[in-house]
Amino acid sequence: MRDLDTLVIGGGIVGMSLAYGLARTGDRIALLDEGDDAYRAARGNFGLVWVQGKGLGRPDYARWTLQAAAAWPAFAAELGVRTGIDVELSQPGGLTMCLSDDELAGRAASLQALRDELGTDYPFDVLDGAQLRALIPQTGPAVVGAVRCPLDGHTSPLRLLRALVQGYESLGGALHAGVHVDAIDRREGGFHVRADGITYSAARVVLAAGLGNRALAPLVGLSAPVQPNRGQIIVTERLQPFLRHPTLHVRQTGEGVVQIGDSKEDVGFDDGTTLAQLSHIAARATRCFPLLEGVNIVRTWGALRVMSPDGFPIYQASRECPGAFVVTCHSGITLAPQHAGPLVDWIHGGAEPPEITGFKVGRFDVQTH
Amino acid sequence: MFRPIEGLAARRMVTLRVEGRAVVVPEGQALALALLQAGVESFRETPVSAAPRGPMCLMGVCFDCLVQVDGRPNVQACMVHVRDGMQVQLQRGARRADPTA
Amino acid sequence: MTHDLIVIGAGPAGMSAATTGAALGLKTVLLDEQPRPGGQIYRDVTTADPRLAALLGPDYMRGAALAQALHRCGADVRHDTLVWDVAPDLTVTGLRDGRSFQLRAPQIVAATGAMERASPIPGWTLPGVMSAGAAQIALKCAGAVPAGRIVLAGAGPLLLLVACQLLAAGATVAAVVETAPAGRRLAALRHLPSALAAWPYLAKGMRMLRTVRAAGMPRFKQASALRVVGRLHAEALEFSADGRTQRVEADTVLLHHGVVPNTQLSRLLRLDHVWDDSQLAWHVVTDAHGQTSLPGLRMAGDGIAITGARAAEASGSLAALGAARALGRLDAAAFAARTAPLARALAVERRIRPFLDTLYRPPRDITAPADETIVCRCEEVSAGRVREMARLGCQGPNQTKFFSRCGMGPCQGRVCGGVVTQLLAAELGKPPGAVGAYRVRAPLKPVPMGALAAMADHPGEEHAQ
Repeated sequence: MRDLDTLVIGGGIVGMSLAYGLARTGDRIALLDEGDDAYRAARGNFGLVWVQGKGLGRPDYARWTLQAAAAWPAFAAELGVRTGIDVELSQPGGLTMCLSDDELAGRAASLQALRDELGTDYPFDVLDGAQLRALIPQTGPAVVGAVRCPLDGHTSPLRLLRALVQGYESLGGALHAGVHVDAIDRREGGFHVRADGITYSAARVVLAAGLGNRALAPLVGLSAPVQPNRGQIIVTERLQPFLRHPTLHVRQTGEGVVQIGDSKEDVGFDDGTTLAQLSHIAARATRCFPLLEGVNIVRTWGALRVMSPDGFPIYQASRECPGAFVVTCHSGITLAPQHAGPLVDWIHGGAEPPEITGFKVGRFDVQTH
Repeated sequence: MFRPIEGLAARRMVTLRVEGRAVVVPEGQALALALLQAGVESFRETPVSAAPRGPMCLMGVCFDCLVQVDGRPNVQACMVHVRDGMQVQLQRGARRADPTA
Repeated sequence: MTHDLIVIGAGPAGMSAATTGAALGLKTVLLDEQPRPGGQIYRDVTTADPRLAALLGPDYMRGAALAQALHRCGADVRHDTLVWDVAPDLTVTGLRDGRSFQLRAPQIVAATGAMERASPIPGWTLPGVMSAGAAQIALKCAGAVPAGRIVLAGAGPLLLLVACQLLAAGATVAAVVETAPAGRRLAALRHLPSALAAWPYLAKGMRMLRTVRAAGMPRFKQASALRVVGRLHAEALEFSADGRTQRVEADTVLLHHGVVPNTQLSRLLRLDHVWDDSQLAWHVVTDAHGQTSLPGLRMAGDGIAITGARAAEASGSLAALGAARALGRLDAAAFAARTAPLARALAVERRIRPFLDTLYRPPRDITAPADETIVCRCEEVSAGRVREMARLGCQGPNQTKFFSRCGMGPCQGRVCGGVVTQLLAAELGKPPGAVGAYRVRAPLKPVPMGALAAMADHPGEEHAQ
């Protein structure tokens, strides 16, 4: 049995974006993924391709995100051509609806700070109530205004993941689903990864297992101090289209359902849903869009985001075990083109993108002054 | 198409408007049964493909009997009981977010 | 806590549980979606026309006695109430008249019952195709029958029963098409000695067969490759039988392949389930008094496993007795004395099951239908699509749902769930028990956003309503 060039552990959005990009370069590649009941941040995705507000205090992350948003159209088109799946990318600009003047001012100030930090073109504008209602007539009276970034958009997380899997497999990638990694051993020139009694040998191993990275990283001389952060989501019945612009908490999908999500909870490994949280999500949504009052909720979700201590990604190559990498972030949708493109080049030994050099685990070490 | 069997005790009747048409049915009956007896075969067109659908289970499980009742879309007709003056429209595809618009 | 005991569902199990609970002095509330008690088996029994009652038979009128007892027992009975959430701490959220409310009790008996097993065949989504149970509901609720030609197809006790009831009601039954494959009767005979203990059921079955034969109704056996033909509504049923393609013209096609527990609530609470291969359905794991893997949450009746209406009565009473004992309201001796005869009655009712389950085991093309068949009716996802998702790497219903939208519609996987589990099991070469089921979340049925939003103003409030 021939060795693999690369083995990816984790078949969520991050893992599949990487695997797809790796397969595209011609790597002999396999991916290991857990079972149907795994936590899967990918299943809880909201689907935003989002720039505004990201990277405050970390201009490198803002730049990484800007690049991703700019790369998305070509990425979506390529997936469409290769797999026939339309991932429903739409980038008409995105809005953050604000329910008080303070909130609006605060958000505008954050974006201004980002613009100042970046020193590049960072487009956004502030819409007052009248302007917002001209754009979205269904906006409720409680909304005082919104911040808009013309680069923002959304896509279907569902279709994206399916396209990545299909594209990956059509490029010859092997997918081993329903398996759990027990051990990773170093060997000359690579790694033996044991999962459910089967050993996979690869020159490189990429850990993209989300919360699972925490346990796996030390096996290859890395560290991934990630914690779960729960988000709950409400999904409505199908509606005729009325909302073209995605907003931070409410968006309407290509099928016409409205997705609403707006929560962050530290509850450990609990992906349950609670009426306490869902009712607040629903209340905010109906304040923004009163017409949702009579619309039926068909589904709800709880999913665990993969959060590093500062919320920014970890992209790290192992020095102790060359050829091993850890990749983790909680904006896997937005960053998908970067993971499939520049990050893959880096994994192949190419240049590390300058935007990500700061995203190493060492930044979390407590400094004594 | 359903019909009542012969010889049952008479019940008080009420009048509904189904797609604007007056339909007389026994009071308190499940709307789905009233519509089936009024000759309505297709209650809705699906939002996915506009396929015609009618009731399948009559017990609130299948969600195929969805109609618009008194302006409220996507109501399970088998779970609603008729009242005099009830307005019923067929559910054609996805509902409007704001049915009054 | 607002009550001692909350009972969900007013079928035979729920009525029994509430009546028994109230009689034991428990402060009991019964919540049910329908406007009147009876569940599905005894639907509208309290308002039944005498002629209809005669047609439906004495089994149906047993429900009237249960409803009477419920009415007299002093329990707080709330109809037109949708229970749309039960939290792990046993808080029950209901919706009535457009407003949500919450109740809490240390003991809950969920008697949420059964539903028809899906019978996915090509064309089954056409108007005019219904379950045999639906035809029975039409009789019970409206004294109505399909107006034109009717064909019944499937495998299960309800098939012949509904055929007989429709005949008695003057409907036109064009044919009965039985899908049980060859060998079922022989296999079922193994269980006959056990079934003989519940001989009234067997006798009833024999009577129905005689009725059908006497009516000269065409009967086809070992039929396969069923499909409903029609453009905008059902026009005929086609199938293979007796070595050739058959076609029966019909305006109404009634399908039936038995009933299965409705597991939405039990899955919402992530209770322990096992896949039962003799009923080809999920069963909830309970002790002898309905206690599930969640302390305080008991189940009763067909919602646990299919045991029938009479068994449901005993099951409901046993659950209420278990609840009373758990609350310290019944001493050990009284508990033993009261539960023993009920447990015996339940055991007798259970004896017919292996025979029936074997005799009426649904054929493969129903549990794992052909590619072209729509499996998820809400989102119009075909069996072929589900198989494709398995080949893509999906290991269970939840990944399959995410990739294909199968199970994302308003029925929330009620209709397609069992089929998807079995389809994936066959495709992945894993047992259904290992494949799993859809993750179920609140709301248990679609509710308006406003009903949820309104709760944000009253967090955790317990109303003594």
